[in-house]
Amino acid sequence: MREIVAFSLLNGAVYGLLLFMLSSGLTLIFSMMGVLNFAHASVFMLGAYFSWQISRWIGFWPALVVAPLLCGLIGAAIERYGLRGVHRQGHVAEILFTFGLAYVIGELVIMGWGRNPIENRVPAVIDFAAFRVFGTSYPFYKVLMTLISVGMFTFLYLAFKRTRVGLVIQAALTHPQMVGALGHDVPRLFVLVFAIGSALAGLAGVIGGFALLTEPNMAAALGPIVFVVVVVGGLGSIPGAFVASMLIGIVQTFAVAVDYSLMDLLRTLGASVPASPFLREVVSVKLAQAAPMIPYLLLVLVLIVRPRGLMGTRET
Amino acid sequence: MIARARPAWWLGAAVLLAVLPWVPGLQSDFGRSLLSQMGIAAIFALSYNLLLGQTGLLSFGHAVYFGLGGYVSAHFMRAINAGLPVPIALVPVAGALAGLAFGIAFGALTTRRGGTIFALISLGVGELVHATSLMLPSFFGGEEGVTASRTKAPHPLGLDFGSQLQVYYVIAAWLLVAALLMHAFMRTPVGRLCNAVRDNPERVEFIGYNPQRVRFIVFSIAAAFAGLAGGLHAINYEIVAAEALSATRSGEVLLMVYIGGVHHFMGAILGAAAITWLQVSLSDYTTAWLLYLGLLFMGIVAFVPGGLAGLVTMHLAALRTRALAAIARAYAAALPVALLASAGAITLIEIAYRRSTQPEAGTRMKLFWIPMDTAKPWPWLAAAALLAVGAAALLRLWPRVSRAWASAGEELHGRG
Amino acid sequence: MREILHRIGKFCLALAALLAAVPAAADTLKIGYIDPLSGGAASAGLNAQKHMVFFIDQINAAGGLNGQKLELLSYDNKVNPQESLIMLKKAIDEGARIIMQGNGSSVALALTDAVLKHNERNPGKEVLFFNYAAIDPALTNEKCNFWHFRFDADVDMKMAAFGDVIAKDKDIHKVYLINQDYSFGKAVAAAAHRILAAKRPDVQIVGDELHPLQKVQDFSPYVAKIKASGADTVITGNWSNDMLLLFKAGKDAGLKVNWFTYYGGGLGSVPAIGKDGVGYLKQVTEHHKNVMPTLLPEEAAFEKRFTDKSDELYYWRVRNMFHMLQAAAKKAKSNDPVKIAKALEGLRMDTPLGPSEMRADNHQYLQPLFVSTLSDKTKYDVEKSGLGFKTDEKIAAADTAMPTTCKMTRP
Repeated sequence: MREIVAFSLLNGAVYGLLLFMLSSGLTLIFSMMGVLNFAHASVFMLGAYFSWQISRWIGFWPALVVAPLLCGLIGAAIERYGLRGVHRQGHVAEILFTFGLAYVIGELVIMGWGRNPIENRVPAVIDFAAFRVFGTSYPFYKVLMTLISVGMFTFLYLAFKRTRVGLVIQAALTHPQMVGALGHDVPRLFVLVFAIGSALAGLAGVIGGFALLTEPNMAAALGPIVFVVVVVGGLGSIPGAFVASMLIGIVQTFAVAVDYSLMDLLRTLGASVPASPFLREVVSVKLAQAAPMIPYLLLVLVLIVRPRGLMGTRET
Repeated sequence: MIARARPAWWLGAAVLLAVLPWVPGLQSDFGRSLLSQMGIAAIFALSYNLLLGQTGLLSFGHAVYFGLGGYVSAHFMRAINAGLPVPIALVPVAGALAGLAFGIAFGALTTRRGGTIFALISLGVGELVHATSLMLPSFFGGEEGVTASRTKAPHPLGLDFGSQLQVYYVIAAWLLVAALLMHAFMRTPVGRLCNAVRDNPERVEFIGYNPQRVRFIVFSIAAAFAGLAGGLHAINYEIVAAEALSATRSGEVLLMVYIGGVHHFMGAILGAAAITWLQVSLSDYTTAWLLYLGLLFMGIVAFVPGGLAGLVTMHLAALRTRALAAIARAYAAALPVALLASAGAITLIEIAYRRSTQPEAGTRMKLFWIPMDTAKPWPWLAAAALLAVGAAALLRLWPRVSRAWASAGEELHGRG
Repeated sequence: MREILHRIGKFCLALAALLAAVPAAADTLKIGYIDPLSGGAASAGLNAQKHMVFFIDQINAAGGLNGQKLELLSYDNKVNPQESLIMLKKAIDEGARIIMQGNGSSVALALTDAVLKHNERNPGKEVLFFNYAAIDPALTNEKCNFWHFRFDADVDMKMAAFGDVIAKDKDIHKVYLINQDYSFGKAVAAAAHRILAAKRPDVQIVGDELHPLQKVQDFSPYVAKIKASGADTVITGNWSNDMLLLFKAGKDAGLKVNWFTYYGGGLGSVPAIGKDGVGYLKQVTEHHKNVMPTLLPEEAAFEKRFTDKSDELYYWRVRNMFHMLQAAAKKAKSNDPVKIAKALEGLRMDTPLGPSEMRADNHQYLQPLFVSTLSDKTKYDVEKSGLGFKTDEKIAAADTAMPTTCKMTRP
């Protein structure tokens, strides 16, 4: 019992951190520009593929730096040459543009590296056990993941609260027109934000690439959950995204460990079990089986009850 | 946007639909099957157009109502197989009712707001229902889905619906009915209010109507028609599986309506036909078809927001202007270079795909009737050169095209 | 304006469909191969496709079947039952008379139903369904039909083979079951319960997990549960990404259990578990590279033709399938599907690994089965990993047969 709790906590925290790494960039982009960037998870995927490719040429540590930079440049290009022309058509058009972009990036990845998962193994330099808990070893790369996400969080927090550019961006989060009226180059800011957001996604991809499976379907697998995190955490709030990622990561991981169902609860309470086979089936679903549903349930609940999210500063 | 449609047009459409499966080339089972698929997609797309085109509601989970309508219809069909004396042609009614019921149930919660929040909720609900469908096998049949037979039923007029031709006519009949009903709906006061809510929800509130109510009503109706399409899907394939509710299917219908043209009723039908054809047939010619589809979609979003229907309308309008000659000349200049650039791009894409996804097929291939060896540098260089030259030339010639169109626009505006 | 659009819309419908019209077929016997060629399970589908191409070329080089050459038509179904039915229509319309599929019992169940309906409604245009990998027992029991032939041992047959090995291993006390949540995974779990109850009632089943199919990215919570249960053995039917990722998570956590798998030797799985699997990873298959002292001629020829590091003759049952097809066509002296089907029933064939037979009662192919364990001392390795499988036990074809409830109507 203790082991399950300890492991679920550790694994859940790590998964939550991965989600945070992925969603911090999207929070920026979504909060700042209101663009629901469907291609964000695709840039994450590009980060994973780039890091694998670059590692093969010049090694892992350089890849850790170069891959996110490349992704940042790609993000800047997407905003400057793609989205900029679409902004005036409204949010729907922006969303649709990034939606199509996600398809295209997915296909470009297939074009470059094929349809099969690539053997993105943990680089030998970090492939060892960091510590052992209850007889199970805990790999070092997960520790590295923790360090990087904490680093990301600190960077974002300091950058926004302490630098001038950060303050301007913060202002633009809630009052973009006013900031523009005050003479700041808002389109330039947009490009900068998109670039930073994409670079963060790329960095998440470097680590996520070998923690998960590096394949063309990666983006579609994680994409929806990242939206959940951003919305549940609240627009305009990096701490909110952090809290939401950890919440979802830990709850989902714990849920997998729980083999109880409503049926068990009913039995313990002494209540009667429903007679109809369909209802019976509904209540016998184990929490472990229902785990994948939890983030979406949370999303729908939050949007209905509190659309600005847990710690958000505004609604859209 | 919804002009009055004369009865003659509906009659014309009915005749066209009746004649299509006899057109040479479409007479095969596969051709009729393709037409049936297009018909189902058209109804689904029309229902989505009610949401996106007419009311401005971007939904990423519309397939939920299609799928749920499909599942309910499949179970209804099974009941018919077991003896219920209802003809198969009426099964889609069950689908429509199911769609309506679920639309009302989910819509009550999700249509409180519009815009981005609505889009996100629809995404969440879609994923939620999809995930749930795999957990309740007694209704959803698990990964295998629910099967039924369309022949084990009463046979009115001797029709057993075993042949694809008969199934096509059922679908075509329902397409006509659904299109008529949806068209009529858009001309009711509620339908007009939908357009108002799309354009300016605040103002709608000022004049005393509740945008939320309007959204709720159109959502339920769109869900009903989506369920109708789901019922026809159940008849056509005799199986409904989790894929019918998936995010992929929701994404598909979005692509169809947007590429076809959100501002036109016909856009949905055009888009449905085009995308269905692309999915079924283009994949035969190239493994890169999804890339082409994605690029097409992005191109339409960025440059041609009116979609294919918008393009057609534009050109038809230009036919009556004097600027037509200028446009034709500009096209004549731009088209060859555009083709060159496309040939270059397509070649690059195809040889890259061949290298990465089918390495065992070898490096020799034939593209545009030219044999080439992808291991050598020259196909790559030639294609890149074509693309570069073509794109540069196109960029230089494009202002001519936009000028010609600008003068056409002035003429049309001047006419009032 | 609008009516013009209307007309154009319907006309485009017609035009598009016309463009899609398929040209008339040439005189070859067409085989419609419907499997995932894109998406998550594409590696399996593409791998099997290579095998098809190889054996079809082999048959054609020897003159074809009764003088008629074979032609392969491939269709991507993305492991989706609905998509598969669309592809089935396409294949039939393009002239395919034999349909081959394997990845996903969900697809196979939909296909067998659709093929039956098609054959009933179109006498004279029957097609056969050769299933090379979908092993849900229902396909040769309650859902059996005359047109379906299965060339892979089903879930129960393979579990029985494991049962023999588990019965003898006195170090196995606690077993954890983890499977994909669909008909196949549930069949594996049910079979495990039955076989363990019959052969080792003293063994305790400490976990029975069903996870979503092809959706889980991170198996570490499941691995944590396995560890917490104290299991010394895991039985799983997971395939493709689900197998890879489970192994990966197990390796990360340092999980040391006996793995009884159906697809632990599939593409990518052995590299995922690596040396941790030596002595622990077991599989039950109809073939592995070290089953004979040296490579069989067809294996060598396959590797000569396909030279990617992961290319090897993995689907021996596809080899058997094509040889049986050849033998049946020869026996029937015709390529008509109905005649081939009748010739296949009860047909016996010798293979380099032992005698085999196609059962007439439920169309299940019986071939020798091997339970093997991963080792670092074998002559041939898997995917250049330095590790290969070593046979623990061979079960003769006839001994793999299971009772059946199949009652099929024959033409």
